[in-house]
Amino acid sequence: MTTTPVMQAENIVKELGAGAGLVVAVKGVSLELVPGELTLLMGPSGSGKTTLLSILGCIMKPTSGSIRIADTKIDGLSAEELAKVRREHLGFIFQSYNLFPTLNAIENVRIALDVRGVKGFAATSRSEEVLREVGLGHRLTNYPRNLSGGEQQRVAVARAIASSPSIVLADEPTAALDSENGHAVMALLSRIAKEQHRSVLAVTHDPRTLGYADRVVRIEDGRIVGEERRPEGIDSPEITDLTKRRKLHA
Amino acid sequence: MVFTLALRNLLHDRVRLAVTLIGILFSIVLVAVQLGLYLGSSRMITANIARSNADLIVTTFGAKSFEDGGLLLGDRERHQALATPGVESVVPLVVAFAEWRKPEGGSSRVVLIGSDADDQGLLPWGLIQGTVEDIKAPDAIAVDSTYLSELGINGVGDTAQAGGGRVKIRALTEGIRSFTQSPYAYTTLNRARQLLGADDDKSTFLLVKLAPGANITAVQKDLAHRLDSADVLTKDEFESRSLKQWLFRTGAGLALIGGAILGSLVGTVIVAQTLYSSTKDHIHEFATLRALGSSRGYIYKVILAQAGLSAIMGYVLGMAIALLILYFSRNSSLPLVMTPGLAFWLFALTLFMCAISALSAIVKVTKIDPATVFAR
Repeated sequence: MTTTPVMQAENIVKELGAGAGLVVAVKGVSLELVPGELTLLMGPSGSGKTTLLSILGCIMKPTSGSIRIADTKIDGLSAEELAKVRREHLGFIFQSYNLFPTLNAIENVRIALDVRGVKGFAATSRSEEVLREVGLGHRLTNYPRNLSGGEQQRVAVARAIASSPSIVLADEPTAALDSENGHAVMALLSRIAKEQHRSVLAVTHDPRTLGYADRVVRIEDGRIVGEERRPEGIDSPEITDLTKRRKLHA
Repeated sequence: MVFTLALRNLLHDRVRLAVTLIGILFSIVLVAVQLGLYLGSSRMITANIARSNADLIVTTFGAKSFEDGGLLLGDRERHQALATPGVESVVPLVVAFAEWRKPEGGSSRVVLIGSDADDQGLLPWGLIQGTVEDIKAPDAIAVDSTYLSELGINGVGDTAQAGGGRVKIRALTEGIRSFTQSPYAYTTLNRARQLLGADDDKSTFLLVKLAPGANITAVQKDLAHRLDSADVLTKDEFESRSLKQWLFRTGAGLALIGGAILGSLVGTVIVAQTLYSSTKDHIHEFATLRALGSSRGYIYKVILAQAGLSAIMGYVLGMAIALLILYFSRNSSLPLVMTPGLAFWLFALTLFMCAISALSAIVKVTKIDPATVFAR
């Protein structure tokens, strides 16, 4: 199993606003994501974790710093070129699922393939396949309004992995879910990381998610203040005793 | 998926879809009626010119339309025309307004057209009762069935007074309408002259037929040189001149075209408004698409597909209503005309109108910040 990073972010700075209203949301963050690992980015509200996720997801441009995704340096790319990077390498899961209310489950997945140029039978069969993978084989033609929150988030997970991206980014994936569904979604993300050898980064402040993490990166006030990693050889998702807390910044 | 998403977005809000379709429908009906009237009017204005058996038409100098020639051309002009190289025949035609006295009292005006059947200059067409031969009788006249009540008659066999003499209805036509609302009444050349009190050699137009192989431009130039008090026009030129007179100098055509433009503008504004508001409502979905990696072009396609689908639905409904209006206007004195060409151009106009309407929505999505997907 390779440990070559699929994403490398170096010294990322993001300034928001201007003049007296200038806020530095991200202050020199460096981060690497490797395949087969579920990384949690945790921090309090306003710590800059969602801004950092937007930057790592090629949605927001950093003020300074550089990002490399699968050997492609994305600094200075145009909005359309960044969209291409997203199509080719990234899958997204959002806090509010962001499903299309007018499309059923299979169509919600298909549209993610459609924007990537996968159409027709290939798109339909792949959409069915990933929906079955996330346990929604019996809900293919259901519309979001007829799905529970947990099921909607699983459709969103299916949509994120349908194009087989090397990196899956999730923004508060359990925030809108009850305990049972929250655990189910985290188990699913962990399985995607392990079995499909993808790199999954989830922004969260939900302590229920800790047990599924291979690594926890803590962010406060725009800086990474600590990183914890699951000890080697321990696979159980119930393990929450992460060790080796390391203060990177005083 | 582009069309699926576009269609579902449209159907998602039925009230807004209804407003969009009503906007397009209103626009299509208005434009179809205005242009249908324009086309109908144009055909009425040029029908007699188009039906005349001539390569060139000699009119009095400055005659503005078919009904505006006066009775000023005489034998001198006719012989000069006949003597022109390349001319095979010259047929006189009389056209003038005349007073029509109804049998039961009251009067109106008709446009009297005098032409001999043997000359084959200009004969009534669309005969539904009587024949061209019947019109050769001394007091015979043919009118269109649309105008029977306006002329105070019931049909063939009735008599009335036209100009200075008595006439008897011997034939009826169908579909010969008059833009001036003064019905055309067809009779023989000499009878028309008598009714109008004109000299035996006078005519309004000379219908010139060219000899085989003659160059029309050369003959027209030669005739114009010889007939210094007359205009020599091709049928197309005379049709254009008549259209210009009735549709543009009177302002009628401008009003019709103005109505059509107004209809398009109103439709465009309504569709633009509803498309913009639909895009605004679905802006988070478009932002999600952007975040998922879609190109701007993909989102533009969704919006244009919405506009295109609205156009097709609105066009079908609008045309159905326009055709219904057309059907009910068929026996009126100003019937609407719809041709395959006009139907095609209306469809093209609808698509164009909806594409233009989509611009404001496209500008809106161009400014989408995909980062808003994290802000919900």
